[in-house]
Amino acid sequence: MKHLLLGDEAIAQGAIDAGLSGVYAYPGTPSTEITENIQMYEAKRKEGSPIFCRWATNEKTAMEAALGMSYMGKRALVCMKHVGMNVCADAFMNSAITGVNGGLVVLAADDPSMHSSQNEQDSRFYGKFAMIPTFEPSNQQEAYDMTQSAFALSEKLHTPVLMRVTTRMAHSRAVVSTSDQLPTQNQMSLPQNVQHFILLPAFAKKNYAELVAAQDDFIADAEKSGRNRYVKGENPQKAILTCGIGYNYLMEVLHTDVENEWKKASILKITQYPLPVALINQMVSDGAKELLVVEEGQPVVEELIKGIIPSDIKVIGRLTGALPRMGELNPDSLRKAVGMEALPTLEADNIVVSRPPALCQGCGHRDMYAALNEVAREYASPRIFGDIGCYTLGALSPFHALHATVEMGASVTMAKGAADAGQHPSIAVIGDSTFTHSGMTGLLDCVNSKANVVVLISDNLTTGMTGGQDSAGTGRLEQICYGLGVEKEHVRVVVPLPKNMDEIKQVLREEIDYNGTSVVIARRECIQTLKRHLKQAKK
Amino acid sequence: MNKNIILAGVGGQGILSIATVIGEAALAEGLYLKQAEVHGMSQRGGDVQSNLRISSDPIMSDLIEKGGADLIISLEPMEALRYVSYLNKDGWIVTSSVPFVNVPNYPDIEEVLAHIKALPNHVLLDVEAIAKEAGAPQQAANMVLLGAAIPMLGIDHDKMIAGVRRVFARKGEEVVEKNVAAVEAGYSNSKK
Repeated sequence: MKHLLLGDEAIAQGAIDAGLSGVYAYPGTPSTEITENIQMYEAKRKEGSPIFCRWATNEKTAMEAALGMSYMGKRALVCMKHVGMNVCADAFMNSAITGVNGGLVVLAADDPSMHSSQNEQDSRFYGKFAMIPTFEPSNQQEAYDMTQSAFALSEKLHTPVLMRVTTRMAHSRAVVSTSDQLPTQNQMSLPQNVQHFILLPAFAKKNYAELVAAQDDFIADAEKSGRNRYVKGENPQKAILTCGIGYNYLMEVLHTDVENEWKKASILKITQYPLPVALINQMVSDGAKELLVVEEGQPVVEELIKGIIPSDIKVIGRLTGALPRMGELNPDSLRKAVGMEALPTLEADNIVVSRPPALCQGCGHRDMYAALNEVAREYASPRIFGDIGCYTLGALSPFHALHATVEMGASVTMAKGAADAGQHPSIAVIGDSTFTHSGMTGLLDCVNSKANVVVLISDNLTTGMTGGQDSAGTGRLEQICYGLGVEKEHVRVVVPLPKNMDEIKQVLREEIDYNGTSVVIARRECIQTLKRHLKQAKK
Repeated sequence: MNKNIILAGVGGQGILSIATVIGEAALAEGLYLKQAEVHGMSQRGGDVQSNLRISSDPIMSDLIEKGGADLIISLEPMEALRYVSYLNKDGWIVTSSVPFVNVPNYPDIEEVLAHIKALPNHVLLDVEAIAKEAGAPQQAANMVLLGAAIPMLGIDHDKMIAGVRRVFARKGEEVVEKNVAAVEAGYSNSKK
């Protein structure tokens, strides 16, 4: 069958067709559509075995649950955006030490150029860090095929496999040929050696030695799998190494009619790591004198390759300025890297102004910020610590309400640290989904030291920024706060609507003036999911 | 055959529906296609664009290079101008003339329109008014714009209409006919 699929959809279909038993994920751009597509498949599925596909509370719980499913012999997929790798890093790193039973694939979607992120960290570092095979498909068909291969390789070599994509791979469509066969899942089976999963130092040392020894097998597979391809050029003194979708941009510019010396270069196309040492050595023995490294993200290979090739080969890439040090690649940057003139074009128009994203009209976060700003102005030096979600836009015009936003859950704990330092009022603004993702443990820290903070949970009953996925704590936020030890009379609920402005402001004032830990929940459904629900109700 | 198209607009305006119809028609023609979309944060009322590439030969890059676009289709006039540096010298801009003002420093609309009119190849239409005249709902304004772009797409008018019918088929006959009417109205208003 042929379908027009996003890279994310191709990965979802690849996992389904590989006999997936469970997908575990927390929403995050650009990875969200993978899990959503598996959920859509599951909602329509009439035959075959069910696939577990409910959203996880965060990436760490997702990674651990997937490891549990793998332990039982079934195939599991974990999906997240790049910064999610930081959240699940403990489980991820140690899954390399335990190894797997059923196939375990970890999908990290990186966001170079930070279209929807706070940094552009490169998940290939995590693959290298954990010392496990890492795949990086260059197109949508490869994304489909390699997801299936990743499960097979995971079971063959008893290791989790990291699959890394970037925004343009995740969110670009092309035609993909897929299997027509009904997938079959693994039967449940226990690990052959349970000590592999018990990481006491005595056992872990043995496992780690096995992982170190397995590196040669991982390299051998990268050399022989066919996923890394070396083609000797007419002028092998020049060589180009491409990673993932970097290959496409290179081919785009080299396929033009323009005369260019790099057209005769040898090309090594990488889609599987660790680096295929034999293929690199071949490139060197063919006479490579200058090597252009084309990689999306950080200069991972550009640094690593210097430990493999002789030092007299000149390496150019992001570190040398041949390609930009930051941001995603594009055909324009490749054109420049190989020394081609830019295409003639019309002048950019200077009348155009920027149009940043904004909170929707009618959004509850707006009313929450309107009240919060008014109350904050009543104090000499308020500090408001924000978090990750739609409400981060409260940092921009017209609200300018936030004084910090770092990572998931940091609002609560940074507000606590600031209060510990003597700041008052110290206020955290966090969404409901972010609160259950990483805010709850911080709130327990606040309660335990009776920190003088107000945690304002802007509860829109969904994970809004990524398109309205289920939020883990919906309907239970008060109980969660009571359970963590926040005093009942200091867990307040308001409805963020213009007509309630006076009441909201009064509640905020009272809780700011209370010397201890308070929670104010501003609860109103996301305007986007509300529209969707009303439309469904009409049908 | 090789067309590089930039679809532009403001988050929520419906540029991806235009891409879906062009994609449907292109695939039925046996053409290759790549389409890079924007998801995530910018969908909240920010500027959005999609790179759509169709060709009779395999396509490598998901992104269009500067000076490589044949056509900009924009649901908002200032957004059309945002991508002028991607347009090749003979390229076309097909855009709605109706501004979407959600920033305080939005430039004078007359000046924006003057900039568009100064470009060699442009089609500037009040797609909302044309949709209304054609008896189509305001949401079909994007289909008016698609109709206006048909002469520059390199895919036959009839094949585009067939694509519209297939894309909207599951929404019922009435929706199909209103969207076809919107596309036809845009097509007949296009200057080329």
